[in-house]
Amino acid sequence: MDAHHLVKMANGIGDFFASEPDQAKGIKGVADHIRAFWEPRMRKQIYMYLDQASGEGLRDIVLKALRDYRKELAV
Amino acid sequence: MQSITDIDLGTKKPSSGKTITLEVDGVAVSVPEGSSVMLAASLAGHSVPKLCSTDTLEAFGSCRLCMVEIEGRRGYPASCTTPAEAGMKVRTQSSRLGDLRRGVMELYISDHPLDCLTCPANGHCELQDMAGAVGLREVRYGFDGENHLHAEKDTSNPYFTFDPSKCIVCSRCVRACDEIQGTLALTIDGRGFASKISPGQNQDFMDSECVSCGACVQACPTATLMEKSVYSYGQPDRVVETTCAYCGVGCSFKAEVKGNQVVRMVPNKNGHANEGHSCVKGRFAFGYTTHPDRITKPMIRKSIQDPWKEVTWGEAIGHVASEFKRIQEKHGRDSIGAVTSSRCTNEETFLVQKLVRAVFQNNNVDTCARVCHSPTGYGLKTTFGTSAGTQEFRSVDETDVVLVIGANPTEGHPVFASRMKRTLRGGAGLIVVDPRAIDLVRSPHIKADYHLQLKPGTNVALLNGISHVIVTEGLANDAFALERCDPAEYQAWKTFVSQAKYSPEEVEQVTGVPADQIRGAARLYARQGNSAIYYGLGVTEHSQGSTTVIAMANLAMATGNIGREGVGVNPLRGQNNVQGSCDMGSFPHELSGYRHVSDAAARALFEKDWNVTLQSEPGLRIPNMFDAALDGSFKGMYIQGEDFVQSDPNTQHIEKAMSQMECVVVQDLFLNETAKFAHVFLPGSTFLEKDGTFTNAERRIQLVRKVMPPVAGLADWEITAEISNAMGYPMKYNHPSEIMDEIARLTPTFAGVSFEKIDKLGSVQWPCNEKAPEGTPTMHIGGFVRGKGKFVLTEYVATDERTSRKYPLILTTGRTLSQYNVGAQTRRTANVVWHEEDVLEIHPHDAENRGIKDGQTVEIASRAGKVSLSAKVTERIQPGVVYTTFHHPDTGTNVVTTENSDWATSCPEYKVTAVEVTPVSKPSEWQEHFREFTEQQEELLAQRVVSKP
Repeated sequence: MDAHHLVKMANGIGDFFASEPDQAKGIKGVADHIRAFWEPRMRKQIYMYLDQASGEGLRDIVLKALRDYRKELAV
Repeated sequence: MQSITDIDLGTKKPSSGKTITLEVDGVAVSVPEGSSVMLAASLAGHSVPKLCSTDTLEAFGSCRLCMVEIEGRRGYPASCTTPAEAGMKVRTQSSRLGDLRRGVMELYISDHPLDCLTCPANGHCELQDMAGAVGLREVRYGFDGENHLHAEKDTSNPYFTFDPSKCIVCSRCVRACDEIQGTLALTIDGRGFASKISPGQNQDFMDSECVSCGACVQACPTATLMEKSVYSYGQPDRVVETTCAYCGVGCSFKAEVKGNQVVRMVPNKNGHANEGHSCVKGRFAFGYTTHPDRITKPMIRKSIQDPWKEVTWGEAIGHVASEFKRIQEKHGRDSIGAVTSSRCTNEETFLVQKLVRAVFQNNNVDTCARVCHSPTGYGLKTTFGTSAGTQEFRSVDETDVVLVIGANPTEGHPVFASRMKRTLRGGAGLIVVDPRAIDLVRSPHIKADYHLQLKPGTNVALLNGISHVIVTEGLANDAFALERCDPAEYQAWKTFVSQAKYSPEEVEQVTGVPADQIRGAARLYARQGNSAIYYGLGVTEHSQGSTTVIAMANLAMATGNIGREGVGVNPLRGQNNVQGSCDMGSFPHELSGYRHVSDAAARALFEKDWNVTLQSEPGLRIPNMFDAALDGSFKGMYIQGEDFVQSDPNTQHIEKAMSQMECVVVQDLFLNETAKFAHVFLPGSTFLEKDGTFTNAERRIQLVRKVMPPVAGLADWEITAEISNAMGYPMKYNHPSEIMDEIARLTPTFAGVSFEKIDKLGSVQWPCNEKAPEGTPTMHIGGFVRGKGKFVLTEYVATDERTSRKYPLILTTGRTLSQYNVGAQTRRTANVVWHEEDVLEIHPHDAENRGIKDGQTVEIASRAGKVSLSAKVTERIQPGVVYTTFHHPDTGTNVVTTENSDWATSCPEYKVTAVEVTPVSKPSEWQEHFREFTEQQEELLAQRVVSKP
């Protein structure tokens, strides 16, 4: 899995949920979407990227979602 | 010529609920108010001779053969144009009527060749029948006088001939083209004896505006307009009703057959989706089913550099099973997967996803809907609660304003387009949102009130602008939205779209659509009455595809245009069973009926029925499969009737991924582009060779009936079952109806569906269950499936694919009428005469700046790749935008498209690619490689080791 491709995908999800007026709901929206649609090896890869590259290039809302919901999303 | 089993009542049957009673030849008959005397006579069993009338067209009253006597009335009125009245007493036969009719027939026959024995219509000719019916015994006028017997035959159309010497000028063809198809390509030229049928302006059929839908051929009562296949094979002797395997309209056809030779495909008058109409693909382009390119023996090879080896079904299936098991043992459970086909039946796609979930023991299954309407599923499920369109096609008859966005119905969904055009000719308003001037913008008797010619990729901004006008000008239907939707979410949405950044003036800066046009279109859509949205891939194939679907749903909810006839949000689905393949659980995160794999209760149902444990994690989507192949964690793939090497974006990326696989199994009709990377080829069956069901764009489930045995011996569902059996999980079905019974058992929206019921009713629209035992034509009546309708905020986010100095133009891609998807079927028919190559449409201004002339070879270059093709200079496209199709593999259109995709569903952004176009004189490097690779693979096919008979 190409990490940069996953970053782009995650940011696209973040772009959508960023318009949610309630920030906490937006962050949860990102996490729920990734949980519902990303195959485990994709989630594993994005967390490897988060840990190794500090999530460089990921939108804030995505970073928050990955960090706040690590228990639910990590494989 | 109508179908050999059609019964023609003469004139249309009105839908009036009120009946009247009259007497025909002393027999009392009750008919709907508004019926003609001819219809009453037909229903009384006393049919009247006729030539110019037929029950698919408005009565015309020209042939004078259908005259009758009516008590208390003078003369002999034409029964086709005379309304039946209560208490009327009609006489269809008398000595005087007989004399008059014979006189009329004698005149017709005096100018008609007497070559009945060698005429292709012999045995099924209305003129011949009528001559017999009226008792014509002689023609006193002779043939020495002026006549039309030597009129030249037009054979220009590849599928039918026009022989004016046989024409009786009844105008049925002209009226069919006008009333049914809506192209108005035919006319009567001249007056009196000089009258003749003229395609276009005295042109031959191929040079006229004719779109070869076949309506005129079907309407013709003689052999004047006749299928060439009838000339070749003679009259068919049996009829099988089935469903077309082309687009998502799902036309019902009568396959007219002689032995196992299909002679004609005639649209079924009683077909619920098409009501007797057809297009050039479904009507005529079935020759691919017997094309010599078809591969009819299973084949295997070790590597894609090896020649193929023909093997028995047993060897092939055994090889697939052992390879998939080997790969899973070596690389893990999740290292294999499958792709289901939207061209196969519901039962077949259901079995493939069952194979993946129950036998492969993972959820790595996806379908080609990934690259077309996956955003529809996401968007409509989020807002309304159901991943499907809201209406039936018939609903457009009740529409006052049609909003067509990102769809080109006359090319992509021609039979529905004809229906829509009837509504538009009847005065409905029309808003077209499209970067191109599609035919609907201006066609005979139709002119769009607004053509919002936006820049590709700005759909969401435009819809937010329209919503802004509706909300700020007080045009929203607050009462509806507050009652039917979540009030807080509705209020949040109103505040969101009311922002200044979505004012028409600001939106104009983004979309290029003038503010006054945005205002006008918004006011037209929101006016009182029924407004309906129809959309296609110009909505979904964007980085904001799902957001656009949601924005349209918001618009419909805010204006109360949902939950009744004439309104709604309607996806025009691309392939014949794309709705069905999605319904059947083809997505990696969903079981059939759109239940998430993490839903333990849903999973438990399947686990109990299938006696397995299912995984709760979503599987890989198609593009993820390619990525996983490249990182070495995905090694085996079973591909049912899909050609993503041609159809999916960034071809070179896919080719690289496919080259990394250890076992690619392709089940198809032809050695397509994907099969060139395969290790196993399993010969599939066409729609004519199997039983099953397709579900069309209006959720209508219809039967596909076997017309002939499978050429390769097995139907597609049997192949999948055999793989499962060989892998140790028994799938024992005697007939696809048993698979549907299983689907019904496990899928709440299909609970009441069975082959028996579909056969009885003709079709069933899901949901079909206890609440709706005969199906559901219109969704969300009285309330949304999800409870309260959900307004979701739809921020416009520009695509990452930007123009630059290096790539200053935007390429957008689409389809054409005569070709279908990757063209595997239509390129193997005479349809190639209309589209023998993909061309690049470019505006004269952009062409001139680049020194490009019409017909010149040009190169399109993007960040992903380069290909060459011919240029077509046209004002149909706006400056700054170029357009092409992807029907021919040697064009390699998707070499140019990128991996950008919809944020929610990974549906590729085919509609926006930054490119530059330059004149060139040779093919691109990729095209050279393609030619060499294709030659190599064809050679390896030719060298195949042939199995012993």
